[in-house]
Amino acid sequence: MNLLRYPLIKTLLKNRWPQFTIMLVALAGFLLAVLSGLFGTPVGSRNFGIVFVWIAWWAILMLVAVPFLGRGWCSICPIPAPGEWLQRGKLLGPGEFNHRGHGENQKKGSVFSVVKPLNRRWPKRFRNIWLQNGTFLLVALFSAVILTQPRVTAIVLAAFLFAAVGISLIFERRAFCRYLCPVGGFIGLYSQLAPVEVRVVDTAVCASHVEKTCYTGSVNGYGCPWDVFPPGMVKNTYCGTCMECLRTCPHDNIAINIRPFGADLSVERNRKLDEAYKAFIMLGAAAVYSTVLLGPWGALKLAAYSVGGLPWLAYAASFLTFILLALPGLFWLTVWAGKKISGSALPVKESFVAQSYALVPLGLAAWAAFSLSFVFANFSYVLAALSDPLGWGWDLIGTAGVTWTPWLAGLTPFLQVGVLVGGFIWAAVTSRKIAAEKADSAQAVKLSTPVIVFCLAFTLTLMGLLVA
Amino acid sequence: MKRIVVSWAVLGAAALLVAFAPFNLQPVTSNVERIFRVEAGDFAYSPAVLHVNPGDNVTIKLVATDVVHGLYVDGYDLSVIAEPGQPAVLSFTADRPGTFRLRCSVTCGALHPFMTGKLKVGTNLLLWRGIGLALLAFLGILTLRSPGLPIVH
Repeated sequence: MNLLRYPLIKTLLKNRWPQFTIMLVALAGFLLAVLSGLFGTPVGSRNFGIVFVWIAWWAILMLVAVPFLGRGWCSICPIPAPGEWLQRGKLLGPGEFNHRGHGENQKKGSVFSVVKPLNRRWPKRFRNIWLQNGTFLLVALFSAVILTQPRVTAIVLAAFLFAAVGISLIFERRAFCRYLCPVGGFIGLYSQLAPVEVRVVDTAVCASHVEKTCYTGSVNGYGCPWDVFPPGMVKNTYCGTCMECLRTCPHDNIAINIRPFGADLSVERNRKLDEAYKAFIMLGAAAVYSTVLLGPWGALKLAAYSVGGLPWLAYAASFLTFILLALPGLFWLTVWAGKKISGSALPVKESFVAQSYALVPLGLAAWAAFSLSFVFANFSYVLAALSDPLGWGWDLIGTAGVTWTPWLAGLTPFLQVGVLVGGFIWAAVTSRKIAAEKADSAQAVKLSTPVIVFCLAFTLTLMGLLVA
Repeated sequence: MKRIVVSWAVLGAAALLVAFAPFNLQPVTSNVERIFRVEAGDFAYSPAVLHVNPGDNVTIKLVATDVVHGLYVDGYDLSVIAEPGQPAVLSFTADRPGTFRLRCSVTCGALHPFMTGKLKVGTNLLLWRGIGLALLAFLGILTLRSPGLPIVH
């Protein structure tokens, strides 16, 4: 079903103002998070930066936005906004036509006229998400500190902002979001599961459209900021749902479709090792965090927190070994076993990459279950932080005195079990479908069974960590 | 076709049974007095996991070893706060079986939100139901046919 058949939705999405307004609000919240981190109380549970970023925003992102809207967050994310405004020379529409859609329309005398973006192409060798995998791991290694110290959270957020601005001034389009943002990487991976997609209605219309304004830009909008060619798009992974193609298509050939959950996982094209590794990194990180942060072992928490010390080095080495070697290695063995059992002629590497997409729903379920453990338990901090964002003794809306009260404490374990079992079923079905793409039915069963056993073992392990 | 429908119905019934049947796997209640001295410090409880049986009368003596710490019991909605040098006591009857998180209820430092322990009361039926459901799903996926999946011969 194409949501753009409804005139109200189409108008709201084509118009720049609703998106711009939400982005401005998000930017204000982002700046407040940075300022409260730098100048507010160092007590994390009383600081707006910690409470809003790691409890409120995280809950909305992992439990609602990503599963149901895919990259919906990216369309209003404030981090790339200042860089994009400088790059474009404008806050809103493109105005005068510029062929590449970026950086060529700074008006003399405007605040943007002093900035001259270089508009370079992102280096070809880095047009993948390996760098994003690296930036995520970098943040993940320091997460015990980032999640709990307001000043560190503020520095990390500010670094994201400055990096995004710097990259926008050197490279064209949203290179930071596409290739570097540690959050954007996993949102892209899991956006394949979302029940909504931006696609062209009829590729034949695109084929006859010489100008390709969805990619090059027009007076109505910018060429795809995510460097995606919409007519060739078969997955959500790199579509930032920014709606520029909707604005630039002169043939009304863009659709926003409601579709079954996880539809992209059945697409054989564009399965890649960097994305496979993203799936391992996310799956492994969910398991490590569930053990270290939510487990009862104080020594592990202190090791993860004592950055630079020997215990932290041991933690970091174990973390990286588990995520980058042990987990993929074990998965490789399961795929190899499936190949041996089934007699499949497919190369192990091809099966390894393809089957790793079964870990996408498993990973999202793992992150949802992990998040449920602490998000609701600590949500009452949000009310206090709203009223006293800097922890300076204010009481703006009368909720500063709200005491810590865990929400849904009795219900959370049931939700976690449901989410984990659901994630396992989804992963298992996906594995079987992927196996069936290039094998007959009996062979597909044998090919996928070891992978399904792997998913079952992971599910039961996480269930043990979170619920036992 | 009929066989497939019957198979799915059996599997669905089994899943409902595993999820909702009122199994009684709990040990016989004995109303034993269980007294624990729990030290709270460095963002951890020691011992971190407390095992009791349903019906036991539990007394937790909370001893804060560095700063003020609290102990909140999920599911029981009970809490106690101890200051260094001033232990506090929490007494209750463990009348709800299952596993419940213990959380520090007083901001005690950077890792405070992650200062947790566990209270295990009898058999964790929820865990066993979860394991049962996952195994049933595994069985179903291996043996049954569903739309979009290859047929199992």
